[in-house]
Amino acid sequence: MSFEPFYLSFKLASLTTLILFCIALPLAWYLSQTRSMAKPFLETLTALPIVLPPSVLGFYLLWALSPDAAIGAFFEEHFGIKLVFSFTGLVVASCFYSLPFMVQPLQNGFESLNRHMIEASYIAGKSRLQTLFYVALPNMKPALLTALIITFAHTVGEFGVVLMVGGSIPGETKVASVAIYEMVETMEYGTAHIYSAIMLALSFVVLLSAYFFNALQKRRRF
Amino acid sequence: MVEIAVKKELQGAQGIIPLDVQLKIQKGEFLAITGRSGSGKSTLLRIIAGLEDADGIIKVEDEEWLTHTHKLAIQKRSIGFVFQDYALFENMTVKEHLLFVQKDEKLAHELLQMMELTGLASRYPKNLSGGQKQRVAIARALMRKPKLLLLDEPLSALDPQMRIKLQHELLELHKRFETTTIMVSHDPAEIQKLASSVYKLQDGALLKA
Repeated sequence: MSFEPFYLSFKLASLTTLILFCIALPLAWYLSQTRSMAKPFLETLTALPIVLPPSVLGFYLLWALSPDAAIGAFFEEHFGIKLVFSFTGLVVASCFYSLPFMVQPLQNGFESLNRHMIEASYIAGKSRLQTLFYVALPNMKPALLTALIITFAHTVGEFGVVLMVGGSIPGETKVASVAIYEMVETMEYGTAHIYSAIMLALSFVVLLSAYFFNALQKRRRF
Repeated sequence: MVEIAVKKELQGAQGIIPLDVQLKIQKGEFLAITGRSGSGKSTLLRIIAGLEDADGIIKVEDEEWLTHTHKLAIQKRSIGFVFQDYALFENMTVKEHLLFVQKDEKLAHELLQMMELTGLASRYPKNLSGGQKQRVAIARALMRKPKLLLLDEPLSALDPQMRIKLQHELLELHKRFETTTIMVSHDPAEIQKLASSVYKLQDGALLKA
């Protein structure tokens, strides 16, 4: 039995979480502060991956990232990067798929902060960036942790999009969820049981640690 | 000298109130603004701080904070602002609050001492009483040595005893720093004790009381 699919799943989830954090942080901060009419549109776009069937998202990504389309061709020509049926493609697809799971908890976190506290920081002469890092983020650790953990867990748990964009290339795109699907198809129920049990246990531990931390934080605060 | 002439439409309970305020304040003056809730007192303070937009002119000494074409960023206005709900930074100790504003250990030390906070310097806000929290907020507001101190019903959440104590401290601070101050308050005794002039905000206009 090979553990490579697990390694791939966790590598994919770690990279996706890292990249999405950098993208979602300014986006969530902007969404929490703006009164612009662009806000509902941006919020809708961000939330789409929650409601779209993974096959729809997967189909569009497959279409956009393929070498026949502009984006796929651009990356292949200029950087020599193949975006479909490759690990890089999986990372790109996962970033779209898991975007709402990073943006929404962060945005909720920012919006639940006392507005006067943020204003007090501006009045103290601190820029938006300083306020974000010294005042906003340290006061919303539970939201921060929730965003990171849920994004990570959600990416580990994705199946439809990765299958469509990545296929099932061993050591490249065959993540744990895809591997389990194949085992069931080929009636290797024994291994499928072991893989599934490992996924279940890991997911349980990851989520439990997040909820536990948040419970501790709340207790400390009050 | 502070000169204010601003206009803004306020969403009141009975429709739109046109806020149209003209005000001149001498340097070092302690001015109080009173008026019914919803009359726009807090909004006026927020406009002066740059937290809300408005049309008009705000001049503080030789600086233009607001003109018809330009709005000076909040961060660049030399202001201290005390909110009714303290608005402390939950992640910082009392001393860190002051040093966050300005890395001036000497001033921080003096303010901590004046506000009787020296013994609480390493405490976090969640371990402070209401009165202590508001003292931290006042000390934080003064750390920038602001040209203008804005107090938005600063003592209204406190019990009467604590209010009287803090009124006295505000008076002492005003004597020491001579900061031009605008305070919004509902309490006639408080206004009489602290302010050298009083205005009433009514139907969007500021009247000398």
